[in-house]
Amino acid sequence: MSVEWPLWEIFIRGQHGLNHRHVGSLHAPDAAMAIRNARDVYTRRNEGVSIWAVKSTDIVASSPSDKGPLFEPANAKVYRHPTFFDIPDDVGHM
Amino acid sequence: MADALLTFLLRNGDNTLILGHRLSEWCGHAPALEEDIALANTALDLIGQTQLWLELAATVEGRGRTADKLAYLRDAGEFRNVLMVERPNGDYGKTLMRQFLFDAWHHTLLTVLTSSKDSRIAEIAAKALKEVSYHLGRSSDLVTRLGNGSDESHRRMQDALDELWPYAGECFVTDEADRELAAAGIAPAPDVLKPAWERIVERTLAPATLTAPGGTFVHKGGKRGIHTEHLGYILAEMQFLQRAYPGAVW
Repeated sequence: MSVEWPLWEIFIRGQHGLNHRHVGSLHAPDAAMAIRNARDVYTRRNEGVSIWAVKSTDIVASSPSDKGPLFEPANAKVYRHPTFFDIPDDVGHM
Repeated sequence: MADALLTFLLRNGDNTLILGHRLSEWCGHAPALEEDIALANTALDLIGQTQLWLELAATVEGRGRTADKLAYLRDAGEFRNVLMVERPNGDYGKTLMRQFLFDAWHHTLLTVLTSSKDSRIAEIAAKALKEVSYHLGRSSDLVTRLGNGSDESHRRMQDALDELWPYAGECFVTDEADRELAAAGIAPAPDVLKPAWERIVERTLAPATLTAPGGTFVHKGGKRGIHTEHLGYILAEMQFLQRAYPGAVW
């Protein structure tokens, strides 16, 4: 192959109505083939009921070097977590 | 009737077994990882269908043989697959063209078999049809893409079609056993399936810019147990373990 096919990120929704989850990536010449290939590569063991394929180049990612400014401020704000409420026993498991 | 039914079941099981084996030869060698896995999936589907057909064949035969014994302990002359499925894989285009011509026929046959008067056959057909619908979608798409691709891919696909066309004709050869089952409403006579097959093939060849060769010559014999030398090599590899270590299990 002189030209590599574009890379696609594959998302699969599992059997139980959960969200689509990223399962990996693959190469395919276009969107239709990406779905077909995803079926063959990632749903061999009955993993899912729905497939999304997104061109890897269409994904915008945060920069690893921004990790500090982006995420560390949240560490100090414990009050954002709902851990200060007493939950009555009658409510059961949450 | 029992003989005709057994012949029919062996023909189905042997077609899927030998083609499944041929496809499995690509495992680890296909031109792209995604194609490799997809082809291996198809091979596994076909081997799974083989189990169903040959189990039923063993039951109908009633001589205490199993699907495994039928697969591993018959010699070439007892196999009833069409010659097309034992053709060497050739290049990837040839493998895909063979797959497409087979899938189109397979899909046509299974569609009719889902209303067989023999409920065991109807059940196997219904299960296999879901898999084969996917096989056909995939192979017709790839034949279209490669036929209508570069000059080289077009040339290779046309070569493949020219070579395989006379073999595809054997799928529609109809003999006594076929007519007996057709009369009983168990399976369609093969020749009846041809117009539907031609429609599927034409729907793909047109956008693929490929031309079906004219000519009515048909390579045949496999359905009667007269095979090309290729089948012997397939069986030598496929049956080696059970021949060398009879009854081996793991």
